[in-house]
Amino acid sequence: MSEAAIHHDDHHEHHPGFIQRWFFGTNHKDIGTLYLLFSLVMFFIGGAMAMVIRLELFQPGLQFVDPQFFNSMTTMHALVMIFGVVMPAAVGFANWMIPMMIGAPDMALPRLNNWSFWILPFAFTLLLVTLFLPGGGPAGGWTMYPPLMLQTGDAFPFVIFAVHFLGFSSVMGAINIIATVFNMRAPGMTFMKLPLFVWAWIITAFLLIASIPVLAGAVTMLLTDKYFGTSFFDAAGGGDPVMFQHIFWFFGHPEVYILILPAFGIVSQVIPTFSRKPLFGYESMVYATAAIAFMSFFVWAHHMFTVGMPLAGELFFMYATMSIAVPTGVKIFNWLATMWRGSLTFETPMLFAVAFVLLFSIGGFSGLMLGITPADFQYHDTYFVVAHFHYVLVTGAVFALFAGAYYWLPKWTGHMYNETLGKWHFWLSTISVNVLFFPQHFLGLAGMPRRIPDYAVQFTEWNMVSSIGGFVFGLSQLLFVVVVIQCIRGGAKATNQVWEGAHGLEWTLPSPPPAHTFTTPPKVTDSVAHS
Amino acid sequence: MSIKSLSDRLARVAVLPLLLLSSAAMAGYEQLNMTQGVTPLSKDIYDLHMIIMWICVAIGVVVFGIMFWSIFYHRKSRGAVASQFHHSTKAEIAWTIIPILILVGMAIPATKVLIAMENTGDSEMSIKVTGYQWKWEYDYIDEGVSFFSTLDSASNQARQLRAGLDPNEVPNYLLDVDNPVVVPVDTKIRFLTTANDVIHAWWVPDLGWKRDAIPGFINESWAVIEEPGTYRGQCAELCGRDHGFMPIVLVAKEKDEYEKWLAEKKAEQEKTAEADREWSMDELMAKGEEVYGTNCAACHQANGEGVEGAFPSLTESDIIFGPKEDHVDVVLHGVDGTTMAAFGDQLSDAEIAAVVTYERNAWGNEMGDMVQPSEVNDLR
Repeated sequence: MSEAAIHHDDHHEHHPGFIQRWFFGTNHKDIGTLYLLFSLVMFFIGGAMAMVIRLELFQPGLQFVDPQFFNSMTTMHALVMIFGVVMPAAVGFANWMIPMMIGAPDMALPRLNNWSFWILPFAFTLLLVTLFLPGGGPAGGWTMYPPLMLQTGDAFPFVIFAVHFLGFSSVMGAINIIATVFNMRAPGMTFMKLPLFVWAWIITAFLLIASIPVLAGAVTMLLTDKYFGTSFFDAAGGGDPVMFQHIFWFFGHPEVYILILPAFGIVSQVIPTFSRKPLFGYESMVYATAAIAFMSFFVWAHHMFTVGMPLAGELFFMYATMSIAVPTGVKIFNWLATMWRGSLTFETPMLFAVAFVLLFSIGGFSGLMLGITPADFQYHDTYFVVAHFHYVLVTGAVFALFAGAYYWLPKWTGHMYNETLGKWHFWLSTISVNVLFFPQHFLGLAGMPRRIPDYAVQFTEWNMVSSIGGFVFGLSQLLFVVVVIQCIRGGAKATNQVWEGAHGLEWTLPSPPPAHTFTTPPKVTDSVAHS
Repeated sequence: MSIKSLSDRLARVAVLPLLLLSSAAMAGYEQLNMTQGVTPLSKDIYDLHMIIMWICVAIGVVVFGIMFWSIFYHRKSRGAVASQFHHSTKAEIAWTIIPILILVGMAIPATKVLIAMENTGDSEMSIKVTGYQWKWEYDYIDEGVSFFSTLDSASNQARQLRAGLDPNEVPNYLLDVDNPVVVPVDTKIRFLTTANDVIHAWWVPDLGWKRDAIPGFINESWAVIEEPGTYRGQCAELCGRDHGFMPIVLVAKEKDEYEKWLAEKKAEQEKTAEADREWSMDELMAKGEEVYGTNCAACHQANGEGVEGAFPSLTESDIIFGPKEDHVDVVLHGVDGTTMAAFGDQLSDAEIAAVVTYERNAWGNEMGDMVQPSEVNDLR
């Protein structure tokens, strides 16, 4: 990257006003920032709901909330965390990093980019306002199973349209990412030289385009069942309530990988940097990611083994589910082989990435157990499932997002973050998150169903432990906000490369990069291609 | 929960780190694992669960062991210099093939158990289990016995929001019902699960499985219970506001005791059927209060005031203050498009007559009129 080109950009950089820049702007870096900040705000909204849940479950009896409100908390917590936190954060990373990683000046479709972000605040306004409507928010679970979902009051159309808007936003984001990567790579940046994060996102984008319309179809059928007299899901009218579950999970399982593949991508960037060693098995990482994505369309019914499927169906979905462990294992082994005989240091991003590998694997093990159909007849809809998906989504997806945030914050802001606070954030989070979720395995195995506001007294002790872990985990996240604000405001000046072992085009740019980068394509040499 | 018992519990949470030192402090924490249950299937499932779990633990020990070796010995601070290898076909083939073999090893016993679970043939009796918001109905097919099973009243009082009652003082809090489902031991019982309103799931952990109860569909499962006893479970599929409050109690009795219970139950049901007589106001009000508490109070609340925006108040309702025929009609047939269920199939004529009379005359509603069971029968 030539310094002259950057300098040249600086001369021509116009300085839009605040409103122009943050509301009408089309710069990928600004939109990336908007996505990330939005996600951070939603993280605390969804987190506050989780605190209500853990508070009510602290002891048996109903002390704080009505069961209906409790159910709307579990429902909204999931919708906010999935659609408002993990997905927008992943898109935020993509916006910031993909153009810089492939040597492009911006995203291919900048106006679409602005639009896909600005749909989000409106969609979440629609969703969150339902808490103040007569009858309260949606309380039928984020999976929206009919007929229960059809009993939702005035909140019903708000939820459906919020889901539609979120879907528009995601699909537009996905189209933009595919268009950018396919058309705007710098000369010499071939597909097999792309950083793993970019690969993970292309595959995620295809998953989004294939699965989100299915969700849109499912919720539209709910809407017509409720208001227009159809009976897609009403057995009394010739419909089938189980069909909704099949359609929903045909979206829902790929969605799981939409949440986790960008996380895989981030971890695949962070581990080589702090191991000072190239990523082990680059090709097999790409193929394993693609294989996981492809197979995710053939395992949906493992979410619904108890609905009463034919034996052949149960066997097929059990085998298909188990087989996903193979490519997932390949990824874990590749990360370990990358660390093996490296020269490791443990700055905060690496701590979160290593914790990701370990704790995500624990979620993977419980996932494998859940895939064993006969055992699932016991595990299904208990706290064992709650523990499983929080291990893969909190210590998995969210930890990888933290790893990515600490890794790239110096690049984005031009300042090093406060390493001591970062480490405090890591250790408090990692200890408390295990206190929070590990006992939930015990609760589930001992027979506590999920989505209940009150429980039999023999579950008290582990629920108390879990709640205490939850409160500490929730409070610990405030440290992250402090780190981010400090880092935006100032701190030690970050170098271009930031980390000793970092390789890739984004590390050839100044920290922070000027508004417009790579207006002339960079030269892609082996040392800046995937390390 | 009282302050006393809360502080006891908190003290026990505080001693959690000492657990390994003291077995007395373990009280309350000992429930860590799946039940082995009381049927051949539940024992197979438990074994399967344990095998898979130990395989996962073994893999975890190896994989995390390698990881921690790296973390301790390949640190820059210990002077480690990074080697630059990034490929090994042999290693990659090994860590693809070995997991496949392990998975095949897991799939074989899992397939065997699954095939056994799906074999509902040769059953000696069938019980139809129907889920309602929020109770279960058990129908002994071919025996003409059927009844509803709802949360027992002690739990129901203690579970109200800010009830101020200590759940620890309630025996089997949230896991007790008014009418348990009674079955014989050593008999292959086929359970047919379905539902009347939304999806529920019938789950008794000691039987080894749960099965969704879906309106319009009937699912089959089976169990042979080997030990007499009382086995408790809960609804396992989110089914609305009181999903957490529709437990299952299954009592397994020796065959002769079961026959005795069945005969008593039959006699009792015949007696209720002939209750076709004139009821007095006091009788109707007393019965009505009981029926209201079990069937209506969850939504419309014990004081009849409902929940604003969700469940209508019965103290200022046009239906209550309108003709009694319309009132009976709503209870019999429900209200389309709302959570108000049709109780016609769930309650007898006498029960509906009583509850309507109660609603029209309780909480300061002074309609003064009565509904007789025969009138309900005419309106069906």
